[in-house]
Parts: sequence; structure tokens; C-alpha cells
Amino acid sequence: MFKEQNMAGTTTTKKSSQIWSREWLKAFLRKYAIVVIFLAMCVAMSMMTSAFYQPNNLVNVVRQISVVGIIAIGVTMVIITTGIDLSSGSVLALAAVLAASFGQQPDWHDAKYPGTVFPLIVPILVALLVGILSGAINGGLIAKFKIPPFIATLGMMTVARGVALLYSNRPVSGLTDSYNFIGQGEIFKVFPVEGRPPLGLPVPVIILVVVAILSHIMLTRTRFGRYIYAVGGNEQAALISGLNIGRIKIGVYAIAGLLSGLAGLVLSSRIGSGQPGLGMGYELDAIASAVIGGTSLSGGVGTIWGTIIGALIIGVLNNGLDLLNVSAYWQTIIKGSIIVMAVIIDERKNR
Amino acid sequence: MSENAILQMENISKSFPGVNALNSVNFAVRAGTIHALMGENGAGKSTLMKVLDGIYAPDGGQVTFQNQVVSIDSTHTALKLGISMIHQELSPVPYMTVAENIYLGREPLNALGLIDMRRLQADTQALLQRLEIDLDPAAVMKDLSVANTQMVEIAKAVSYDASLIIMDEPTSAITEREVAHLFKIIRSLKERGVAIIYITHKMDEVFKIADDVTVLRDGNHIATMPVAELNKERLISLMVGRELTEIFPKDFAEIGEVILSVQNLTRKGLVENVSFEVRRGEIFGIAGLMGAGRTSVIEGIFGVQKIDSGQITIKGKPAHINSPADAIHQGMALLTEDRKLTGIMSSLPVRDNMTVASLPSYEKRGFLDQKRIEKSINEEKDRLSIKTPSMDQLIKFLSGGNQQKVLVSRWLMTLPDILILDEPTRGIDVGAKAEIHRLMCKLAQEGKAVIMISSELPEILGMSDRILVMCEGKVGGIFERKDATQEAILEAATGQHLPQDKEYV
Repeated sequence: MFKEQNMAGTTTTKKSSQIWSREWLKAFLRKYAIVVIFLAMCVAMSMMTSAFYQPNNLVNVVRQISVVGIIAIGVTMVIITTGIDLSSGSVLALAAVLAASFGQQPDWHDAKYPGTVFPLIVPILVALLVGILSGAINGGLIAKFKIPPFIATLGMMTVARGVALLYSNRPVSGLTDSYNFIGQGEIFKVFPVEGRPPLGLPVPVIILVVVAILSHIMLTRTRFGRYIYAVGGNEQAALISGLNIGRIKIGVYAIAGLLSGLAGLVLSSRIGSGQPGLGMGYELDAIASAVIGGTSLSGGVGTIWGTIIGALIIGVLNNGLDLLNVSAYWQTIIKGSIIVMAVIIDERKNR
Repeated sequence: MSENAILQMENISKSFPGVNALNSVNFAVRAGTIHALMGENGAGKSTLMKVLDGIYAPDGGQVTFQNQVVSIDSTHTALKLGISMIHQELSPVPYMTVAENIYLGREPLNALGLIDMRRLQADTQALLQRLEIDLDPAAVMKDLSVANTQMVEIAKAVSYDASLIIMDEPTSAITEREVAHLFKIIRSLKERGVAIIYITHKMDEVFKIADDVTVLRDGNHIATMPVAELNKERLISLMVGRELTEIFPKDFAEIGEVILSVQNLTRKGLVENVSFEVRRGEIFGIAGLMGAGRTSVIEGIFGVQKIDSGQITIKGKPAHINSPADAIHQGMALLTEDRKLTGIMSSLPVRDNMTVASLPSYEKRGFLDQKRIEKSINEEKDRLSIKTPSMDQLIKFLSGGNQQKVLVSRWLMTLPDILILDEPTRGIDVGAKAEIHRLMCKLAQEGKAVIMISSELPEILGMSDRILVMCEGKVGGIFERKDATQEAILEAATGQHLPQDKEYV
């Protein structure tokens, strides 16, 4: 298209093609502003400290965001329907302690089920089922009892944390090697520099990428995915168009719960123990990732890749500020300001 | 004209992504006159007025108000200058009183800096009395009818002592009697020297009330002239840029077997014992006053609301419809009355808005068949000549008429046998209106049944093969086309005299 216009060559068309390309640039920036901001941040960090762009550090950043990233994908879908999920951090903790208890070494001194070895599939299924169940309860309360999502998931946030503590008020440790591989393992290991630690692809990152790709395909290429946007775009219109709103909402919250459960499995495995206090405040980081990535709290708008960039922005910020020895207090202040700024930019471009 | 002009807008331009909304438009209003602003949807009327009201910043041009060049950057500035606007979509604060709504943001304060409730009440009372609006200042907004909400908005506009009031389709949702009252208020404002810009799609109103008319088309200024020098046909041709041969292009279709039969439909307090039959090839009009239960009947049939009793038969078989999904499954489609509230999904692109009701038929092994979807939506776009830069354009950026066409295509894509259209041409320009009317005839000729609810009697009389008139939740009468006159329908609608068609009773 560009080529044709440039080839036309006369002054008038040249002028119009310039306008056209400026328009195009505007449209490009409008759509990919968040990517540009992210890249600019990476360049800025690299200039301030050479530690940032070391391969090991970059892998580290992606590993650090993987747990919140997994949650944020589910939260994005929920927010697209004009909902919110405050329970993800607590559901993560509940799934973590439950799953970990089925992944302990049989001779561990503090084992929940001493002497029993469960195959790895058991803790995995436990984590996912706990997640789905909590999410479906959220969805049911919202769809059938018409409770605002904020309240329903606030309730679940408190209840799930309580159940986690009830099940085990101590860390569930002594996990098997195979369990720990989920969070600590790496594949495709290479040794780029002699004497340096090996470089590999962490399993949590692979899980995040797979979840992201599957979710993206679901949102863009399946009926259920399009219905999620339709419900968020105009629930009443979606109802009249023959959509089963209740079923869609329960499905979306169940998926969000499933991903929180998966995140619980990954996190407990990464730190080698399931703890009832895990994931505190993760729900807010997940919401922030989605919002920075362009998901609109008023519904109908949001993408998975946007959310992943959002999570990366938070991750680079945390990592970079750590490397620069910025105090933790300042870090929270900077993080909060960036979240608000992202929404301001988003609001502006919509005008 | 320019000597006594209160307002002059010169060379106003404004563009949005993909659309040139205003193209160097000139617009002037004489002091103390009522100036109608006409044009099809998307002609740029609303955009021009939003520039004047400070909601949009123009890309170029100059505004002169009361002989001073002004720069209006917000509604607040506009109000301070003496320009106030009544928007088409009313936005009252629902849980506040009439008085609080009118004086929102400029409540009278007492010595302690608290709101002086007594004065607020008294001021409102005085204002309403002056306008002869019979409303309690202490009434809560959410309890008011649409018409009364409209009256409050007008009172609010007047309360700013504005010298120019913009009214954007103030009569689109109110009854004839209320229109008469509104016109009385407008005339008394005019007598006091207030200039009024009046946006409307209704021709009759223009000739009844306006002094001057300005016509816009596709973002360009087409003409400004005194109403006295115009007639209806000339005005229409200025608006659409071509001669419209007939207003209601009714083609007759072959009437087939009964496809939908409704027996004794009842929704407590709303609809009582409504029975009628609709045949293939028929355009079946439903008329009635506001609140007569027209929409309630349709909502019951389509499963939007539960019915208390009654029998619905589709193609000879009893149909159990508990949700819109059931209705769609039975071959029904419903274009709702309120485009914004129950029609468009404003944050989504045209593509999703078109396909949302028919996605199941595009599913292949769990995934959507993008190629077939692409093909279908482009066919629909051509068939209805929908104007959009692309299918990925957000629907909110389309004009009202084009939005309506997208919604019509949403339903055509479900391949319905029975199309229910609730006020299909409300707030739509004459061009798009004629296109929708032609489409209705075509669909009837394809053997579909078309049910059309309309508040516009000429539309009902012009388009329908048979007409059901609702009156206070009951059937007021069912008329054959040949027996239907304006008078007969009004009589049936007001219940003064109940003519009954033997065949259906």
C-alpha cells in the first residue's frame, strides 16, 4: 500500500502519502504504545546498569513474572467481562498447601500423609481442581445470586486464605524432586561462558508461554472467547443475542481460578514448600499487569499479549530497581505511580 | 444575516480516525430565532454542536458569539458564555431530586457554607412555574418518566440564563401531547430573546416551529434558508442529495401460511390476553401509545422477560421459550428499541457486533471459521451498504444509521424466519430509513414474517399489511391494511371505541 502511493510520485499524492504515514504512525503508536514504553524501559535500565542485560538476569526477570503472569491471564479475561477477581492470591495459597501435601517425600518428618507416595499427577490435579472449584463458586455467586464481583471475590479471598491456614498453619515442606522440577527445573540448558552458571529455559516460563498462547487462541478464535468480549461489551445486548450469560461468567471465573491454582502449584514448587501465606497481594499485581497492558475496567477490551507486556513492565521495574539498589519503599511508590500513569495514557488515547 | 447573528461558526473542521466529520462548515444563528439543524445521521450535526458546547476541540475554524471571538474549551466555558445544550441521551443523577439535578454544581449556600435547601426548593419551584412544568422539585429523578426527565433537562438549560440553547432531538422519546407542551416552552423562550438550535429528524416539527434551517450533509454545509422558502420535498432532497421518489416504498409480497401464533399472552400488570397471528410474507405492524405494552408483548415472545400465561406456536408447533437463546433457536430475531442500551457493544469492532448472534453456525471443530465469517460479514456489508472504513472499526465511531444497519445484519446472519423490529427507524436519517423499509419488503418477499413496532403512524400505515393496535396492555384492534386509517388506529389506541376484527377474536 505504501509502495503504491510513493510510486504515484506527483506532489499532491506525495503530500497525501505523508499525511497517511503520519496517521499510520499515530495508529501504530495508539495500538502498540505499551510495547514502546516497555522497550524504552529496558533500554533505560540497560544504560543505568550493565547487570540488567546479562542473559542470566533477563531469564531471571521472566522467571520472576511467571507466577503473576499466569494469574494475570485469568484476571484479564475476568476484567474483560467487566468483572474483577480479588481472590487469586488466596486461591493460589490454598492450591499450594493442598497440592504440596500430596507432593511430600513419604519419609519426611512432618509429612501430611506419611509413608504414601502419590504420583505427580495427583498434586497437579489437586491444584487445578481446587482452583476451578473456587473460581466456579465465584462465578456462581456472581451469575446466579447477582452479587457484585468485587464482593464475591473479596469473600473468596478471605475464605480461601482461612481454609489454607486451617489445612496447614505451617509450611508444607520436604517435597519430592519431581514436584520441585515444576518450579525449579530448566530445559535446553547451555553453558554460554566457561565458569558462569548455566543458562536454561525455566519450566515456569514455559508454562506461562503455553498458557498465554492457548488463552490467546481461545479469546480470538473460539466462540467462548468472543462471547467473553460480548458480555463485557454489552451484557444486555449479549443476552438478547442468545448468549447464556450465567454459563459464560461461571466459565470465565472458573478459568481464572484454574490459573490461580496452577500458579499455586508452580510457586510452591519453586520455593520448595506450600505455605498458607503465599501469594499475598498477587491479585493486585495481576490486576495491575492487565490494566497496564490495556485491559479496560469498563469491559470489552483487553488482550493476552498486552497483559504479558504489563507483567513484564512490572517485572523489569522490580528487577531494575533492585539492581540499582533503590530502597523497597521507593520501589512501591514508583510502581504505584507507573500503574496510574499507564491508565492515564490509556484514557487519553481513547479520546 | 450576519449583522444580527448571535452565533457565527466559520470554517469549522474536525476529523476523527478514519472520518472527516466536519469540513470547513459555516453556521450562523440569528438572535431570538429558532434554527433547525438538519441532516442525515453522520452528517455532522452532533459533532458541530459538540464543538460549540466545548466537548470537542475543532481542528480549525473560528467561533463568534455575541460579536466576540470565543474559544470554547469545555462545557463549563460554554455555560459561562450563555450557551447550554440538552443532549439527546439524558443523563440525570437518578437518586437525586429534581431540584438537586437542576442546580447541580451551583447549589445556593447558606451562611455556614452548607446547601440552602429551602432556597434550592423555592428557586426550582419558581423556575418550573415559569415554564409551566407541573413537577414536584422534591421528586426523585429515577421515578420520573422519560418526558418529565426531558422537561427537567430543559428547565436546567433555562436556569443558566442561557442566550442560546441547543436541543438535540428533544422529542425523540416523548408523546404528541408532550411535544405540544415542549413547543409552547420553546416559543416562550424565543419571545424572551433566547436563540434555539433545534436538531431533529422530524420534518413536521421543523415546519411547525423553526424560523431558519441549516442542512448539513457528509460533514459539509449544504444550505441555510428561512423555513418559509422551503417545502418538505425540497428539504429532503437537500438532506439526502437526491430526490426520494416515495417515502414508504411498500412492495407487496405473497402472504403464506401462519408462522407465528400468540394466544392469550399475559404478563401481570403489563399485558393481558394478547392474541394474534403472523403469516409468512407479511409485514405486521404493532401500534399503540407509549406504555401500551407493545414492547412488553415482544419481550414476552422473545423470552427476554417471563410470561405468566399464554401459548406461543411457531410453524404449527407449540414453542417453549424461556430465553432469547430459545427464541433464536426457533428462528426468531429481535432488533431492540434502544440501540445503545440493548443493541450495540460499543467497545467492540463492527465485526464482533455483526457476528455475535450467529457464531454457533461458524464453528468448525471447536474453532471459528474465520474465512467463512469474513465472507459473510462482507456480504452483509455490501447488502446493507454499511459505511465503515473497516470491519475492525469500533462500532461507536459509526453514525447512528450505520450502527442500526450493523444490528440488522447481526440478525439477518442468524437466518431468521420471523424478524421482530422494535422502532427500527427511530433516530435514523431519511436515507437509511428508506433503505431499512426496502429491506423489510424484500425480506417479506423472501417468505419471512416481519413484525414492526413503531410510534410513527405514517410508518405503520405505509409499511404494514396488517396492524395490531395495543391499548393499555390489551389488544385494541387488528386492522387490515385497507381498513387502516390514522383516525381508526388512534381511536383503537386510546380505547375510545373498540373495533374488533372477527377473525381474531
